[in-house]
Amino acid sequence: MTATTNRQGPGPLVPPAKPSLLYRPEFRQAVYQILLVVGLVAGFWAIAHNVSENLARQNIASGFGFWNRTSGFDISQSLITYNNQSTYGQAFWAGLFNTLLVAALGVVFATLLGFIIGIGRLSSNWLIARLCGAYVETLRNLPLLLQLFFWYFAVLKNLPGPRQSIVLPAGATLNVRGLYIPAPVPEQGFNAVLIAFAMGIVASIGVYMWARRRQLATGERFPVLWTTLALILLLPGAVYIALGQPLGWEYPVLRGFNFQGGIPIQPELMALVVGLSTYTASFIAEIVRAGIAGVPRGQREAANALGLSSGLTMRLVVIPQALRIIIPPLTSQYLNLAKNSSLAVAIGYPDFVSVFTGTVLNQTGQAVEVILLTMLVFLTISLITSAFMNWFNKHIALVER
Amino acid sequence: MEKGNFMKRATKLFATAAAVALGTAGMASAQTLDKVKKQGTLSCGVNVGLAGFSAPDDKGNWTGLDVDYCRAIAAAVLGDATKVRFVPTTAKERFTALQSGEIDVLNRNTTWTLGRDSSLGLSFVGTNYYDGQGLMVKKSLGVKSATELGGATVCVQTGTTTELNLADYFRLNKLEYKPVVFEKADEILQAYQAGRCDVYTTDASGLYAQRLQMQQPDEHIVLPEIISKEPLGPSVRQGDSQWFTIVRWVHFALLNAEEAGITKANVDQMTNSTNPDIRRILGKEGEFGKGIGLSADWAYQAIKQVGNYGEIFEKNVGSGSRINIARGQNSLWTKGGLQYAPPIR
Amino acid sequence: MTSTTADLRPPRSEVGVVGWLRKNLFSSPMNAILTVIGIWIIWTVVNAVAHWAFANATWDGTSGKDCTWPGAGACWPFIKAKFSQFMYGRYPEPQRWRVDLTYVLAIIGLVPLMIPRIPGKLFNTIYMLVFFPIAAFLLLVGGYFGLPYVPTELWGGLLVTLVVASVGIAGAFPLGILLALGRRSRMPIVRWVSVGFIEIVRGVPLITVLFMASVMLPLFLPEGMTIDKLMRALIMVALFSAAYLAEVIRGGLQAIPRGQFEAADALGLTYAQKMGLIVLPQALKLVIPGIVNTFIGLFKDTSLVLIIGIFDLLGIVQLNQTDANWFSPSTGMTGYVFAGLVFWIFCFGMSRYSLFIERRLAESDKR
Repeated sequence: MTATTNRQGPGPLVPPAKPSLLYRPEFRQAVYQILLVVGLVAGFWAIAHNVSENLARQNIASGFGFWNRTSGFDISQSLITYNNQSTYGQAFWAGLFNTLLVAALGVVFATLLGFIIGIGRLSSNWLIARLCGAYVETLRNLPLLLQLFFWYFAVLKNLPGPRQSIVLPAGATLNVRGLYIPAPVPEQGFNAVLIAFAMGIVASIGVYMWARRRQLATGERFPVLWTTLALILLLPGAVYIALGQPLGWEYPVLRGFNFQGGIPIQPELMALVVGLSTYTASFIAEIVRAGIAGVPRGQREAANALGLSSGLTMRLVVIPQALRIIIPPLTSQYLNLAKNSSLAVAIGYPDFVSVFTGTVLNQTGQAVEVILLTMLVFLTISLITSAFMNWFNKHIALVER
Repeated sequence: MEKGNFMKRATKLFATAAAVALGTAGMASAQTLDKVKKQGTLSCGVNVGLAGFSAPDDKGNWTGLDVDYCRAIAAAVLGDATKVRFVPTTAKERFTALQSGEIDVLNRNTTWTLGRDSSLGLSFVGTNYYDGQGLMVKKSLGVKSATELGGATVCVQTGTTTELNLADYFRLNKLEYKPVVFEKADEILQAYQAGRCDVYTTDASGLYAQRLQMQQPDEHIVLPEIISKEPLGPSVRQGDSQWFTIVRWVHFALLNAEEAGITKANVDQMTNSTNPDIRRILGKEGEFGKGIGLSADWAYQAIKQVGNYGEIFEKNVGSGSRINIARGQNSLWTKGGLQYAPPIR
Repeated sequence: MTSTTADLRPPRSEVGVVGWLRKNLFSSPMNAILTVIGIWIIWTVVNAVAHWAFANATWDGTSGKDCTWPGAGACWPFIKAKFSQFMYGRYPEPQRWRVDLTYVLAIIGLVPLMIPRIPGKLFNTIYMLVFFPIAAFLLLVGGYFGLPYVPTELWGGLLVTLVVASVGIAGAFPLGILLALGRRSRMPIVRWVSVGFIEIVRGVPLITVLFMASVMLPLFLPEGMTIDKLMRALIMVALFSAAYLAEVIRGGLQAIPRGQFEAADALGLTYAQKMGLIVLPQALKLVIPGIVNTFIGLFKDTSLVLIIGIFDLLGIVQLNQTDANWFSPSTGMTGYVFAGLVFWIFCFGMSRYSLFIERRLAESDKR
């Protein structure tokens, strides 16, 4: 509207030498932006208006009043205290922690596997390189959901029932209901072992710092790895034996329908972790390969010329530089993994989406609130992960001289 | 006529897509009856697949008790039982689909509860199937009663009243259990058969229907305990009393027809009946059709094209079907059941 | 002197098959061990697959019972019996030629578009962008020219997978370009809005967006207005992929040398001319591999629509697992392997194509 009134020509305040207001970029940009804002506000207003009208007309509940109401349903696995007398709010947290658990496990396994496969693809061994290549090309070209179904419905479902369980070493048991591993039960005096363990870690850090300083000053190397391993493992081990092994084990036993005792790991969790980590590993492998390949040949040759072994070349020269290339895309793979963990809903693992966006939404019927909260949670996870990985990236980035 | 109708639909699809793309709002609020009549089809929300209630075959033909209710409503309103668009809905989206007007009536083995009547914007019109939650186990477990289920793993569908009843029942009986929750019935079926759970729980009718889908139906039994009341019935949007009345009275007409002995086969002879009850049902006496905004032969069309309640029941879940559930509570009140319809007069 | 050294033949251990083996498989004890492990893995996998898929497979039968015997492998008759459902869902049988015709039209447009040597790209693009979508819509939905209307509830199988993926990416394209331009815009509000949209969408899982399509979007519309469920999913998938596409295109925009922008400005071109005629054609060409990769990701992700009750290829396979008639211990595995094979062929094919384009671009850069 402003534009049309100005079409007649420059206003009295505008010097004639300047182009007409309509043709000035600043003016146009302002108009575009105002239009955009108006459009967005109108759009959001229309949506909000429709939603509130739709809800009010049909007398549909809204708001977050449900948060403190009793949920009335159970969750098969929860890291926090939760039962069917808990509130919807507690169900929210129970689901969220289950998601974080899967994401954490998935990140660890996917990284390990991804690095192994990625380095394997560059192996001088022709067969190993091809095998790793085949792994990558197979897994990343299949939908994750299909892989989850495969692991859950086709593989794990073929395990025997509880009464014909597969007995694994060390008292563990595997059947269609999951993997049961013995649970450690600390007895009198076990705290001393924990304290020894903590002391071992502290001492190791001290040794590491001292050795580093000495190496910088004198150039002499100190066998840090062996010393720290001894400190962390042998020290608490010695205390453990000295105190008469104050740690009992609770073994899973078949009682009634299921195994009781021990630490049960649901098949849903197993399928999800295996599926997520093998899938994500295929992407991480590619990133690792590209990262290592991105380190200039000269670096490797120089390290060889200095007489470093191939292991040391990898550890001290190639990997630190490759990490600079690897970290940013690796971050987005971690985020993808966290987001993909929401597919748990399809195989019955009680993750956040399944518990909150599934059951809570269904029981309360408050779609708008629940979905908005879900998105907020994932956005928060994304932001925190990105922030951490950015910090980490800055921390390890080589200082260019 | 046919073609014009399809044209209209496709244009509507275009129009809606365009409207969304442009962000334009519009279209005045329409009463459901007018909308259905204008469109010439009834959009009916059904289950994505539950034998006996609503299940499509390989070619997309729907069958089931709920499906026949959709057809009966279409016959009463539009005079043609085939003018139904079946919209398969998951447990999660069924209420939104109704609230938003995507469907005109929800016939999806949905339990009538106060919570749903009050805070979800639904109005249940009646109960077309009195059900209760049952528990199914493998015979080989040797379990005879639900009270022996302490420590069992139970497969259940998310977002249902079933999930809540289950928690209540086990808590009340001080029994431990582990739920395994799935979104879809076919996933539960797979998990239960693979032995992931000891118990499969859902509405008893659902258990019988699902058992047919199993490899060896005889190896599973439904325990005697019924742990909840599950009155299943059609629901409509709140605030449209005309439409509510129509759907409710289609249901009652089917019941009254059975009571009066009017069947799909004899309905044409019955129009000549002198019995005033029958004459009123079939629109030969009184102006009841007009009163609810329909044609005089609304009930006649429903019965003629779909059948009375008893016929629908027997054909889909009763003795005429593989599921073979006894009428039991779903018999007419005259035969000791709970199905009781107010008179048409 | 030099000639004598040249005449000496290299040791036998360094050339030929033996040399190759020594160099590539047994260069060190460690490598030798790895090679043996590798051979063992290959042997185990090939052996298991061959037994399962061929030697122990059931080839003929009419029900799951035929596939139930000790040590039975794949249940191929299951695939044979359900094949048309896997491809078309419940699309009415007499109308299935319409789907086939749509595929043919797509191939007619796509093949010449994908082979760089074939001329007439402009005509081809117009065909794909204007003619094909209209034709596909008319054919698949129907309702015109005497074609019966086929409601989208009946669609399923590979048809839905392809429709969701291709409509998703096609719909995402214009918005993706706008967002990418917006993110690099000098106008702060435009930039913020673009960045906000891109980051929010990329921060949430597709499944929540699909849930939004199935349970929230209907409430956004004014009373009396509804959109088909498949259509809602398509809209959301398109919005979702637009954010990812925008990031890919932004990469292309960043790779265009400043001089190109400045030259366009110097010629007095408007913003639209500058972008449409100079910058975007170059940027988009650069990011074809990235676009193809986004498409691969989207193609795989289409399987998520089964969670909201739309039966794509995987959804139909999953649904048929519960068919009592076909119950057997290996039905599940067979179904997943079949679906996996179809997905894999599409995705692998596209990733190879993307590599091919990448190499071509790299070569044209060298000049």
